[in-house]
Amino acid sequence: MSRSSLRTPLGRVAHLGTARSGTRHFWHQRLTAVANVPLTIAFVLIVVGVLGRNHAAVVQILGSTFVSIVVLLFVVSSVYHMRLGMQVIIEDYVHDENLKIAALMANTFFTIAVGFAAAFATFKLAFGL
Amino acid sequence: MVQLTLPKNSKITEGKTWKRPTGARNVTPFRVYRWNPDDGQNPRMDTYFVDRDDCAPMVLDALIWIKNKIDPTLTFRRSCREGVCGSCAMNIDGTNTLACTKGMDEIKGTIKVYPLPHQPVIKDLVPDLTNFYAQYASIEPWLQTKTPTPEKEWRQSHEDRKKLDDHYECILCACCSTSCPSYWWNSDRYLGPAALLQANRWIGDSRDEATGERLDNLEDPFRLYRCHTIMNCAKACPKGLNPAKSIAEIKKRLVERQV
Repeated sequence: MSRSSLRTPLGRVAHLGTARSGTRHFWHQRLTAVANVPLTIAFVLIVVGVLGRNHAAVVQILGSTFVSIVVLLFVVSSVYHMRLGMQVIIEDYVHDENLKIAALMANTFFTIAVGFAAAFATFKLAFGL
Repeated sequence: MVQLTLPKNSKITEGKTWKRPTGARNVTPFRVYRWNPDDGQNPRMDTYFVDRDDCAPMVLDALIWIKNKIDPTLTFRRSCREGVCGSCAMNIDGTNTLACTKGMDEIKGTIKVYPLPHQPVIKDLVPDLTNFYAQYASIEPWLQTKTPTPEKEWRQSHEDRKKLDDHYECILCACCSTSCPSYWWNSDRYLGPAALLQANRWIGDSRDEATGERLDNLEDPFRLYRCHTIMNCAKACPKGLNPAKSIAEIKKRLVERQV
């Protein structure tokens, strides 16, 4: 913080006022964390289940309705959770405003790209495209 | 980005080793952070030897002993010497605490004393807490009501009064806030554990009628949500309070009014 500013300490603390947000972020982070507990266990079980099997068997297992729904839920919940978590880290440590905005944008783009790629692959297997 | 190394003019150098008291048999060495704004020098670590047989048992007693008997230029804040005023908060043996309630016998070997971390230093062990106090002022720590003031007092049940326990004991020594990494990185926008514990003291006060406005003022990604329950605050608090719990209670209330 610039101590040379002639602004009063209280004025500096008031900054731009309250954003009136953050609770949704906090709540969604908890929500996805809880969702990720069973989904991660299920996903790991699925991965263990396909280990060592040939391509056709893997395609069949991952393409089955139940498995592909679980995988899709895992993908959506975990990439959203990942984006929320990374956002917190960026806000904590990146103090240059321009760099922060760029990093937050990159975080969102990366999440959407990874999420869509994973979802697309799951759909492809499920519908045998 | 976060600055992880000290700027050149803050690098700590080796200071003076002061004479051992002659004839003393029970001696405890002290390493104390020294910085004088007027001499243009970098901060340094001075070494003192305290005669325990001539000195009362607390770290503050030793600092006063040093100031009286060895080096009158050693600068620190102190007042009540019994853990009530919060003036002598400093970093002792790696933990923020009150020098007056920390016994020398609790520490093995050399006792290292630094000012509270991550605050501008005014001199030696005296930190500039202007921002910390402004943050406290920003949470408006007084009773706010719209109902006309009653003829006698604002009444409160025993159960409601109990809810202020673990809050009213806070002496605003700043040990918690200055031990918090989130506060180190973002103290310009994050209010810190002490101010948030105090905010929760007023949010939880059954007599207060500004609960909603108080929550509005805290609902912010930086003011409140920089708390990541690191728990250094609870570990450091010399009064045994748990600011992290108070912050969690604020978050819970914010979720409660939304979900």
